[in-house]
Amino acid sequence: MTSGFFFKFNRVGAWILMLFLVTPALISIPVSLTPKRFLSMPKGELSLRHFEKLFTSEQWLSSFFQSGVIAVSTSLLATFLGTICAIGLWRVSSKLSELVRAFLLLPLIIPQIISAMAFYRLWIPLGLLDSYAGLIIAHTILAAPMVLITVSASLASFDPKLEQASKNLGASNWTTMHRVILPSIKPGVFAGALFAFILSWDEIVVTLFISKYSVYTLPRRMWNGIRENTDPTVAAAAVVLIAITIIAFMIFVILSRRNTRSKDA
Amino acid sequence: MQTFNRSIHPGWLIIAPLLVLVVTLYLGPIMNILWLSFTDPEPGLGNYAKLGESDALLRIVWTTVRICIVTTLFSVGLGYSIAYAMVHCDQRQKNYMLTLLLVSFWISILVRTFSWLMLLGRKGLVNGTLENIGLIAEPIAFMRNELGVLIGMIHYMIPYAVLPLLVSMQSIDTRIMDASRNLGASGSQSFLRIYLPLTLPGLVASTLLVFILSLGFYVTPAVLGGGKVLMVAEYISVQLLVTLKWGTAAMLAALMLFGVLAMLWLMSKFMKLSTVFGGTTR
Repeated sequence: MTSGFFFKFNRVGAWILMLFLVTPALISIPVSLTPKRFLSMPKGELSLRHFEKLFTSEQWLSSFFQSGVIAVSTSLLATFLGTICAIGLWRVSSKLSELVRAFLLLPLIIPQIISAMAFYRLWIPLGLLDSYAGLIIAHTILAAPMVLITVSASLASFDPKLEQASKNLGASNWTTMHRVILPSIKPGVFAGALFAFILSWDEIVVTLFISKYSVYTLPRRMWNGIRENTDPTVAAAAVVLIAITIIAFMIFVILSRRNTRSKDA
Repeated sequence: MQTFNRSIHPGWLIIAPLLVLVVTLYLGPIMNILWLSFTDPEPGLGNYAKLGESDALLRIVWTTVRICIVTTLFSVGLGYSIAYAMVHCDQRQKNYMLTLLLVSFWISILVRTFSWLMLLGRKGLVNGTLENIGLIAEPIAFMRNELGVLIGMIHYMIPYAVLPLLVSMQSIDTRIMDASRNLGASGSQSFLRIYLPLTLPGLVASTLLVFILSLGFYVTPAVLGGGKVLMVAEYISVQLLVTLKWGTAAMLAALMLFGVLAMLWLMSKFMKLSTVFGGTTR
């Protein structure tokens, strides 16, 4: 049967493509272990000196710290704004609110370079260039739509009758929100917070435009390292980033598993 | 108070913070950039006329469009094959594939670009290996040209292409294919005349999504192109950060923005936009 053959052929092809997607990133592991001072594959002996440098260099450590502060703040702010907005849109649900929802998703799809231009343009007169606040606000605007999406997905499976029941039983708006709605959309809120964190932690294009000296995030320092293309410390940083990605991914999988389990129950 | 509640739903109160933030700090400056494209350095269509006058500018736009088209064709083609295999294999294999796909989706763009830099360089792993086996005598130029940019971009875009296709293929009732085979259609006939048309909405969504994302792509072309492949995004950044000229950059941004909005509009005809993104969450 020709389709059976095609079937197998396509499946093998798909697996090869999967390897093509994942393996290239792994090259930074051997390169980060090279004993030499320049980017190279290690021959024979391995060394951890570049990791040592990464974790003792003041510059790299400050970048880790700054990225951490910015990503955590962005994640908190975007999660708060995105969640209440999603709940609002869910409660209004009119033609207009759907239009507003579509509009609020725009920062996700408008090319980053245009977002970067926009923030750069406005941050100059506002004096927000090269400051924590500037980066956090910009990243929040880019990340809040992610939260909006994940929370809205959770809300879609939430039974509105529960809200009514809570109100009929005499609970105030605040109590209903706090004790009925929020607990049932928790998985969506956490997933959104995680996405927002990752987005900010990785963000480079907007960061290139609106940061300069005093705020120097991890992607920014990696970008410089990549452009200079000599220092294996970048490879060590890449390995650390991959590890963080995998940890974040596992958290996400556990969260979404718990989500589906609670839905089944 | 009663009439107020009736005219404005209280839900708007908690929508407002984000909406105000996005309108004032995001939409505002974008409008300002559109305005600049007509007024900087002098009022009129001067910036847009440059497209007709300057060969260099036209070449940049053309390079961008060409690279985006090739990237989209390859990513969607390969993505279709992946999505098809994922839908048609057992649950365990499918889970493995989905995990690999999402992990690659999540790995930082900088890490990936850096990896390609080490793999594709003149002394990179790929050239080194090929030389060692004796397949080539001279290193192949994978970088600082369009080939490198394409490899990096296709690699980045494939997961984006797969997710909408996956959503679309999963919603197809497999019995339709069985029915088609039972009625005597050959494998390729039922694929071309039944399956492909049924996945068309997903195909369109995935094509437009990848094309939109490619249009404004900055990191990979800037690094793997090595200054030899100038695309719109990099040109804008040079204009703003080095030569400080807003007019031309604003014009290019306006063109890009209109292109993106036109494609979004097209896309919304085929698919609810949120499902495209929603696909990434499961």
